[in-house]
Amino acid sequence: MSDLPEKSLFRVVGTRPIRPDGVDKVTGKAAFGADIHLPGMVIGKILRSPHPHARIVSIDTRKARALPGVKALVTADDFPDLPDVDFEAGEGAATLRDIAHNVMARGKVLYDGHAVAAVAAISPWICDEALALIEVKYEVLPHVIEVEAAMAADAPILNENQVTQGLGAKPDTPSNIAKRTVLNRGDLEAGFAEADMIVEGRYRTQPVHQGYIEPHACAASMSADGQGEVWSSSQGQFVIRALCAKLMGAEMADIKVTPAEIGGGFGGKTTVYLEPVALALSKQCGAPVKMTMTRDEVFRATGPTSGGVIEVKLGAKKDGTLVAAQVELKYQAGAFPGSPVGAACMTALACYDIPNFLITGWDVITNTPKVAAYRAPGAPAAAFGVESAMDELAERLGIDPIVLREKNGVRDGVKASYGPTFKDIGFQETLAAAKAHPHYSAPLAPGVGRGVAAGFWFNIGGESTAAVHITEDGSAVVVSGNPDIGGSRASMAMMAAEVLGLAVEKVRPIVGDTASIGYSMLTGGSRTTFATGMAVTQAAEKVVAELKVRAARTWDVAEDNVAWRDGEAICLDPAKDNKPLSLAALAGHTGKTGGPISAEVSLNAQGAGPGFGVHICDVEVDGETGNVTVLRYTAVQDVGRAIHPAYVEGQLQGGAVQGIGWALNEEYVFGDDGRMQNSGFLDYRMPVASDLPMIDTVLVEVPNPRHPFGAKGVGEVPIVPPLAAVANAVRAATGIRMMELPISPPKMRAALDAVAQAAE
Amino acid sequence: MSRKTHVTTTVNGDAAEFLTDPHATLLDALRDDLRLTGAKEGCGSGDCGACSVMVDGRLVCACLMLAVEAEGKRIETIEGMAQEGELHPLQTQFLRHAALQCGFCTPGILVAAKALLEANPNPTEVEARFWLAGNLCRCTGYDKIIRAVMDAAADMRQERRAS
Repeated sequence: MSDLPEKSLFRVVGTRPIRPDGVDKVTGKAAFGADIHLPGMVIGKILRSPHPHARIVSIDTRKARALPGVKALVTADDFPDLPDVDFEAGEGAATLRDIAHNVMARGKVLYDGHAVAAVAAISPWICDEALALIEVKYEVLPHVIEVEAAMAADAPILNENQVTQGLGAKPDTPSNIAKRTVLNRGDLEAGFAEADMIVEGRYRTQPVHQGYIEPHACAASMSADGQGEVWSSSQGQFVIRALCAKLMGAEMADIKVTPAEIGGGFGGKTTVYLEPVALALSKQCGAPVKMTMTRDEVFRATGPTSGGVIEVKLGAKKDGTLVAAQVELKYQAGAFPGSPVGAACMTALACYDIPNFLITGWDVITNTPKVAAYRAPGAPAAAFGVESAMDELAERLGIDPIVLREKNGVRDGVKASYGPTFKDIGFQETLAAAKAHPHYSAPLAPGVGRGVAAGFWFNIGGESTAAVHITEDGSAVVVSGNPDIGGSRASMAMMAAEVLGLAVEKVRPIVGDTASIGYSMLTGGSRTTFATGMAVTQAAEKVVAELKVRAARTWDVAEDNVAWRDGEAICLDPAKDNKPLSLAALAGHTGKTGGPISAEVSLNAQGAGPGFGVHICDVEVDGETGNVTVLRYTAVQDVGRAIHPAYVEGQLQGGAVQGIGWALNEEYVFGDDGRMQNSGFLDYRMPVASDLPMIDTVLVEVPNPRHPFGAKGVGEVPIVPPLAAVANAVRAATGIRMMELPISPPKMRAALDAVAQAAE
Repeated sequence: MSRKTHVTTTVNGDAAEFLTDPHATLLDALRDDLRLTGAKEGCGSGDCGACSVMVDGRLVCACLMLAVEAEGKRIETIEGMAQEGELHPLQTQFLRHAALQCGFCTPGILVAAKALLEANPNPTEVEARFWLAGNLCRCTGYDKIIRAVMDAAADMRQERRAS
């Protein structure tokens, strides 16, 4: 199939070494965003709107500025008003104006928690006092939270200048609907006419937060000449640089961003919230400014992902062959356009080969925080609807749910619902592995239900830069431009070690600042191991080529008479009797053979392999409390080839558990006043250790021939199947199809009561 | 502006003192005054456990205790867990099992897990899961964390038998 080396030939790839940044992380030394301390530093804090929708009539800052200890105070007036041009960054798109207005409200506040002003002072307590002295006059406006309420003709309008795009003719009245997206194929009506069985359902989800444990944090310093420095935890130092420069009206080269260790992101740290504010405060007072969010601020003003309504209609022949599908997705974007409904449309039916379909997506602005990317943005909620409907179909047709998916599942050569033709995919292999797993055939105790669901994510490539430097003693340093969220430094070091023939411990990977390494897109889209891994591999290959040149020079033989094996140059010239030259030996004499040896590669990686997962879930439902307990869980996924299997398993386990949280407990709860009522970890209930069983994983390896070691992205797929896998298991356990997430105890209990009442 | 209070305490076996604002939590004092940033603030409300430390042998969330309350107390943090450069068995097993991804919750989980193994050297998986239920991890799904804790417990029992 490809000319990839056999897996058995690898010395490093596929093993489980200790991660190079591990010791610092188990001893407390690793420096995250809030751990940075700069000489002369002051503290910055943000004043946030208590209203979900209001016009800002005036902001009087005089009393706050006069408070002793206050060093700087900024509002939107301290930032340039930016044009309405698109800015693409990783997994999300927005206009520069929207990004700027989200960082600091201008004219109107659009959600509870929207920033309206910021202060810097010599202590956090003086900041709090100063914030209380800022007098903001609001003209409160009617607000709208729910997606369908926001779509209604009489809804309060958030943005008078917004008309719906994608309708063909340009409408002449403003709307909260930013955009309609349509994907179709074949003849929908004829397709459904052919069907022997049609299932229909309307599913709902609420906004959920990425829930990284580290709140957003940064420190920033801006000098009088306009040069600035930022230290922050983010998924991409380059996107932070770009946005800081744009929002401050500075040149990108004048802003240097150093990535701190990042305490989780899951897509939520792909944009700016604090960094430009800290720079503006620092510019005003001349001192470095540190800002950290509280958890309340994280919930009210960052993330989350969209809540939405997902309507699904599937038509199939008696034998299970899908003949038609209709999916309609309505997603909350929050205060500014840019919900992941486009990706949701593209992924909704991507697992299946269906001749006739229509998918319609609606991107709708609401008085809630602007959504940010969250692991496979848009896909989990769409899959909740489609995979619940597939379960319903399997049940009604009396077909095993995995067999139904095998029958309709995509394979190589099939044109994907979103356009391209699939190549080197492993969905069928993943389904087969799930069917063969002992979990799938294990007997069920009374009251226990089992559900399965599938999931898809594109995975991306994109622009990356990496450098490999050989030190004087023959060890190596790998520099990349991608923040390491989940162990990517380990896989970068492993790939370089594999090519160089070094022990992985002799390769030290670091994440460079924006001035030390060339541009890289952010860590997101499951792209780092694929794209940055490719850059690392190519840089290591360049180094090896140079090492061979140096050996040839040392031996005075032709370059093609030198081979590189296991970290040594081998002389192939039969006329010469040269002992192999180790990397260390060559590195020690670079001064005599042509100078230092290093290589940097910048590329735009193409051909990332799409990923598929199949999850199996057993649950038990407490009839008294309505509590759903996950008893057993197995995540099966095609990962291409696992570079570091333990961290690949970790991605599957972590993604599955985020999905379980989404299915069972997590949701934004808004009061009638439009304010979030559960902006803390006590009331926004993420899974804890005692909620869960072990999460079993199966790594299916269908290599991606377009990556030097066959890797595919793995991080996002595992959050796609769990929502439906859990709901399908609840259906199996109780006979009730829960069509609204989360399946929290009160909701489950109400559903059980309704069934009991109906039976009476 | 309120006057600061002088606090004398012991941190990881060494005498430590700091001047603190009456508003400040123990976590603020550790991180901002003593510059021990291993304990993290994830929520500030005692729900995530990222700031777990030991105070006079008791596991506490440093964000829920005022700094002035540390007067005369014996405090242990993640920075004191590795002894003389040698990692604690829990730290070793966390690395071996890849029981951390971003690593932000890790210091708090290690401190809490050490407290567990001091109270119960031979916990069941369920006991470990309930003991650590106050420590949120969003990256790992807890699987590898629990395995690492169970293996570290076994290592420590072995060590005790050998000594």
